[in-house]
Amino acid sequence: MILAAATNENLANVSNVLIYSSMAVYTLAFFGHIAEWIFGSRSKVGRTAAALTGAAKSTPAASGPAVTVRTAAGEGGGTAVLERPKVVTRSSAGTRDVPDGPGAHGGDEQGDLYGRIAVSLTVLAFLLEAAGVVTRALSVQRAPWGNMYEFSTTFSTVAVGAYLAFLLAKKNVRWIGLPLVTTVLLDLGLAVTVLYTDSDQLVPALHSYWLWIHVSTAIVCGAVFYLGAVATLLYLFRDSYENKLAGGGEPGAFATSVLERLPSAASLDKFAYRINAAFFPLWTFTIIAGAIWAGEAWGRYWGWDPKEVWSFITWVAYACYLHARATAGWKGRKAAYLALIAFACFLFNYYGVNIFINGKHSYAGV
Amino acid sequence: MANTDTRADNPGEPGAETVERAGAEADERELGAAGSQLSTSPEESAARRDRAEASAERTGGVPALGVIGWARWFWRQLTSMRVALILLFLLSLGAVPGSLIPQTGVDPVKVEEFRTQHETLAPLYDKLGLFNVYSSVWFSAIYILLFVSLIGCIVPRTWQFVGQLRSRPPAAPRRLTRLPAYTSWRTDAEPERVLAAGRELLGRRRYRAHTTGDAVAAEKGYLREAGNLLFHLALIVLLVAFAAGQLWKSEGGKLIVEGDGFSNTLTQYDDFKSGSLFDSDSLAPFGFSLKDFQATYERTGPQKGTPRTFRATVSYWEGADGKERTKDIEVNKPLEVAGSKVYLLGHGYAPVVTVRDGQGDLAYQGPVAFLPTGDMGFTSVGVIKVPDYRDKNGKKDQLGFQGRFTPTYALDAVRGPHSSFPALDYPVLSLNAFRGSLGVDSGLPQNVYQLDTRKMKQFKDKTGDLFRKALRPGETMTLPDGAGTLSFDGVKPWASFQVSHQPGNGLALGGAVAALAGLAGSLFIQRRRVWVRAVRGADGVTVVEMAGLGRSESPKLPEELADLAADLNSRAPTATLATSTPAAGAPVDETPADEIPADPVDPAEGARA
Ligand code: HEM
Repeated sequence: MILAAATNENLANVSNVLIYSSMAVYTLAFFGHIAEWIFGSRSKVGRTAAALTGAAKSTPAASGPAVTVRTAAGEGGGTAVLERPKVVTRSSAGTRDVPDGPGAHGGDEQGDLYGRIAVSLTVLAFLLEAAGVVTRALSVQRAPWGNMYEFSTTFSTVAVGAYLAFLLAKKNVRWIGLPLVTTVLLDLGLAVTVLYTDSDQLVPALHSYWLWIHVSTAIVCGAVFYLGAVATLLYLFRDSYENKLAGGGEPGAFATSVLERLPSAASLDKFAYRINAAFFPLWTFTIIAGAIWAGEAWGRYWGWDPKEVWSFITWVAYACYLHARATAGWKGRKAAYLALIAFACFLFNYYGVNIFINGKHSYAGV
Repeated sequence: MANTDTRADNPGEPGAETVERAGAEADERELGAAGSQLSTSPEESAARRDRAEASAERTGGVPALGVIGWARWFWRQLTSMRVALILLFLLSLGAVPGSLIPQTGVDPVKVEEFRTQHETLAPLYDKLGLFNVYSSVWFSAIYILLFVSLIGCIVPRTWQFVGQLRSRPPAAPRRLTRLPAYTSWRTDAEPERVLAAGRELLGRRRYRAHTTGDAVAAEKGYLREAGNLLFHLALIVLLVAFAAGQLWKSEGGKLIVEGDGFSNTLTQYDDFKSGSLFDSDSLAPFGFSLKDFQATYERTGPQKGTPRTFRATVSYWEGADGKERTKDIEVNKPLEVAGSKVYLLGHGYAPVVTVRDGQGDLAYQGPVAFLPTGDMGFTSVGVIKVPDYRDKNGKKDQLGFQGRFTPTYALDAVRGPHSSFPALDYPVLSLNAFRGSLGVDSGLPQNVYQLDTRKMKQFKDKTGDLFRKALRPGETMTLPDGAGTLSFDGVKPWASFQVSHQPGNGLALGGAVAALAGLAGSLFIQRRRVWVRAVRGADGVTVVEMAGLGRSESPKLPEELADLAADLNSRAPTATLATSTPAAGAPVDETPADEIPADPVDPAEGARA
């Protein structure tokens, strides 16, 4: 018994060391991304900007002829016999046909190198952090989500994991790197200073397999909604940048340098929508699972407890966003604001409700 | 539509231009038809009507006529997507104050505290229903309007959808080149054979396909709309289940000392709440007794004293004389019996005392439940009332004791006597004693945890100080003046339970599962249409055209079309005689691809714009 307790304490210490190490590596990744952005700013920028404004000038209407030719799988080559039908696509009405930016490195080779280093470091930091979360779980022999410290570390691990998974699936997401690593560092910094709680057992109300189900899906939703929110925010900047260019305006040098390396507004918007729409059902499930758990623990599945209220508000806000996308006069920027409000509700539910409002959900050690 | 008057800028003779323009308009109408109801949003027609009305208003011709006209206008507004959106937003906004201001339904004690602290604000809050946000008039108005809107929205959508299922996918528009994804090639195969192969191919991929004229029209992904309708319908089911639960629920609390029992009748409850349609005769016949209660606490570390496990072992029976069964109730594991659930809510200590009166006769014996004060050491307070008592002269009187119970007694300079741990490590009971009228005979209900000392006198010791004694289990104290004795025999644990019965739980769960399934269908399934046209060209070679149309969020449409085209192409191979670029052979549209005017290319989107 005493021996087991000692190993547990060792594991808890190992977990702390791993989390601190991951912070150190994230910091290096952060500098890698900064270098990527700085080197990226020195090349190609002028050219891309010219191409964009040029394109905007050549087409008087806001929506220029939007035709791209894509080849179907397996292009045959020279002989007519082997040629397969090519599919011609047109982008949908009201969206400008603006090509995606080259990414943070701006086409600069050195920038690209630093970017790649940053991504590799992020992978390493992610592994360290994930190991930290797992050892923490082993040290307490339960799901590592009993308090805000554990919640925060898992949250950023999953966010980075989702980002790496998108990279692995060859999605165009490297531009999220800098904002993501920055916020992960902030999150971990808060976790190890303000929110830190020694590894320990759970209070009886948290003893349930619903903890695994409800909390894990909540964390996953939060992590990917966060990526969606970053994309939405960048969409708003990039969209006004494109609007300004299309209207003949001249955005500032800094805005130009940063924004034109991002994907086009349409791509950012679509990325954000897909994430939010794909994970909205999971968020719905999270709330249902929470209601079932509440039904078992407290005898009512819904009691307007502050945590429940804010989950509901978040849910309705995301439903609002999805509706807005299908409603005339609301898609585009207005829908994006709704998406940001929805994510702000999610954040408030996590930090605000835990810290400022007392309800049945208060965690131990906050 | 957004760009109805964008001309097809095709330079040419003046006469040709008008023809061209008329042609473009006809095209557009056709494209609209091809994309119609790809999404069955009600706005499609409502928007048009709205616009017509708006222009009517501008010209002074106030909307429609009289009451019926206004009612129709109001109904159309209410069931429009825009108003649904606003109502949804209001719903989330309206839920906010309920989480910031204490709610009577959640924590009435906090509401009282708030009232005493904010004397000017509280009446205002009362008027606005801010202590009962979720049952207030304004909050109810929001969600009732939303649900009326929802019903007004899904009923027509359901009919529309049924209509679509019974009819066939819309025929191919004249110019397929204008659709978001397009491909074409020339082949030596007969047009009829190409169409038959195309139809067979689409059918195999589970498209609903049929041939009209020179083209095959096909559609897939109807489950999206079905899922969307199911989701919205499930929301109504959820609301009904929730309302039923609120109206017929019953919920009562009962504190039971280890060894005692409870049977489910109204009089046995310590407190009882029920919905407005609840009938107390419908309480299910069952009962249980508390055999054993165990609590464990963290013994070391910074979280010393934090509870770890609570377990109440009960034996319960169902019906008038059902068989007894044993079960453990824990925090997340209620007992389910006769359609009700019994939850473990709290626990505490009940000192067992024996009181003898001035004559030496037994005046009171048994456990008395003390309530925890909320500190880490589980200090508890309670009162012992002895209504049947005679003093040393045999005169009838009453006794009362105010007690403080410390499970692990400790003494230090800062906190004085206190309890340092919640378990029974070193229990001490300290008491003040009173004599006089307890006030229990007045007929008014009394709080069993409070002593009304207005008509009582506190005992004093020989020196004239107030009499107070601390006892360890097994010890006895003697009251001054031979007024009797009290012995502290031991401690029993008690546990408090909540018995709740809430109908509609099954319905709510069913609604939730249906909502989830519907949502998944609605968000993960793409609805799209594909057309295949095969026409014999002037040179006798067949020209095959394929085009696809989906919602703007369908990212995979071009790939899917490419896939289908490759498949069809393998059965109707590209003609060897064909010149290099296959698209150039398209006979119906001579406009080079990059000069196609920027008309709405996604009518599904445009229709709602
Ligand atoms: C009770 C509140 C409601 C909630 C939580 C809700 C939620 C949702 C969600 C999550 C979607 C999926 C969005 C998508 O397919 O992209 C949706 C779609 C839709 N909702 Fe609602 N809805 C509600 C009320 C309403 C009402 C009152 C109406 C009628 C005016 C309505 C009409 C629609 C329509 C037409 C769609 C399909 C939009 C499309 O084609 O993309 N909803 N709703």
